[in-house]
Amino acid sequence: MLTGRSLLRSDDLSVEEIGLVLKNADLFMEVLERKVKKVPTLRGKTIANIFFEPSTRTRTSFELAAKRLSADVVNFAASTSSLKKGESIIDTIDTIISLKVNLLVIRHGHSGVLNFIAKHIKVPIINAGDGKNQHPTQALLDAYTIKKKFGTFSGLKVAIVGDFLNSRVARSNVELFSRVGMEVMIVAPPMLLPSDYTVLGVPVKTAIDQVIDHVDVVYMLRMQFERQKRKLYPSIEEYNRFLTLNSARLQKMKKGSVVLHPGPVNRGIEISEEVMDGAAAGNRILIPDQVTHGVAIRMALLYLILSQQEEA
Amino acid sequence: MPIKEKALVMGPEDIVRVLKRISHEILERNKGCQNLVFVGIQKRGIPLAERIAGNIRDLENQIMPLGKLDISFYRDDIGQKIKSDIQVTDIPFDIKDKDIILVDDVLFTGRTIRAALDAIMDMGRPKTIQLVVLVDRGHRELPIRADYAGKNIPTSLDEFIDVKVREIDGQDKVTICSKQ
Repeated sequence: MLTGRSLLRSDDLSVEEIGLVLKNADLFMEVLERKVKKVPTLRGKTIANIFFEPSTRTRTSFELAAKRLSADVVNFAASTSSLKKGESIIDTIDTIISLKVNLLVIRHGHSGVLNFIAKHIKVPIINAGDGKNQHPTQALLDAYTIKKKFGTFSGLKVAIVGDFLNSRVARSNVELFSRVGMEVMIVAPPMLLPSDYTVLGVPVKTAIDQVIDHVDVVYMLRMQFERQKRKLYPSIEEYNRFLTLNSARLQKMKKGSVVLHPGPVNRGIEISEEVMDGAAAGNRILIPDQVTHGVAIRMALLYLILSQQEEA
Repeated sequence: MPIKEKALVMGPEDIVRVLKRISHEILERNKGCQNLVFVGIQKRGIPLAERIAGNIRDLENQIMPLGKLDISFYRDDIGQKIKSDIQVTDIPFDIKDKDIILVDDVLFTGRTIRAALDAIMDMGRPKTIQLVVLVDRGHRELPIRADYAGKNIPTSLDEFIDVKVREIDGQDKVTICSKQ
């Protein structure tokens, strides 16, 4: 179903295809628990990781996913490349494709650059985050983390909290979460919302206290300081007052509910120090699970895109 | 492509008898069941492995460890074709120094078994791996053979063997079919 296709936006996948990716992720989770955490499935395939923006977890996650499937990986960081000598993006991409790679994983700081690249090349692309636009593999791994915890999506209430304006994660997640059957709401003050947020068709609240006691999943967005040309929020104190997940709010959370964050966490802003470090959070904080699941989700995607499907 | 059933080669009672015979052969060759573990290959190898393990439990009064193996990640034809309905692999025991009874429904080219051997070797170092198949239809492309075969059924390449098991298909039977 996914053979040879690119994944640029979360809505490139139908609900059925999302189900297929999550089901395959389960199989790869099992591989990740083996003593030898490697299968020969993609031997002979080459994957290029092209990151025009810094990244720790997404890049290493894709690299590890490819290696655990026995694919070869070339890593390409824009800061050390010929782009510095003035080579155009398309020429750079063409050069990499001439090296006979089978799939590109690309992150770029500007929304829409990936669409532009995808129009010029035939090699499948996975979007590892483009500007404020989309981060579909994050949405998939978050959905997978929620599915593993609750066993289902239907009827779950999810609050996505924080810097919505600058977040590609939020855009991918609201779309995908709603489509698989979760009830999504946004918690953000007006200055951290895009002007067209109403098109998402989900309710918006302005303070975390309005939702904290009745949602199943609290999804904290990272404050994207690097994308804020001017300061968008008056002060950290004000953020703490309305949006930060602190111990007091953690206490109010519904039984069995969980906290997700795409990382890296700005400690003391989205989540307080004591919640990050404390045992009080218990097993509510699923951030480490998200990272582990990310590898399995990316293995599933690489596998499904790079293999030919047989009619069942 | 329409599929034509050409001949019934095994009915439910034949399958029961064959699996009983194989269970005895396994016990005979291994001098008991002390070191045995069972691994069924997805999908139809698993109910067959369960039944043999069940026979041995009845004979020796001992419960046999039973694992499931899907070999899709180890296939040698990636880039050609891949199944979209991959099943779980679940081998909940240590295979080190064990005698593994590997069970599949049909032995044909030997490529599935080659993949299964690689998958098992990545999990540890068993003492032996012994292969059980319900049907050996010939046409090997690799130097692989069954240690215990239910029935040898010579086939032509345009035929195939259809194995049905009651746990999955609701009935037990083996037929030769042809695509036409």
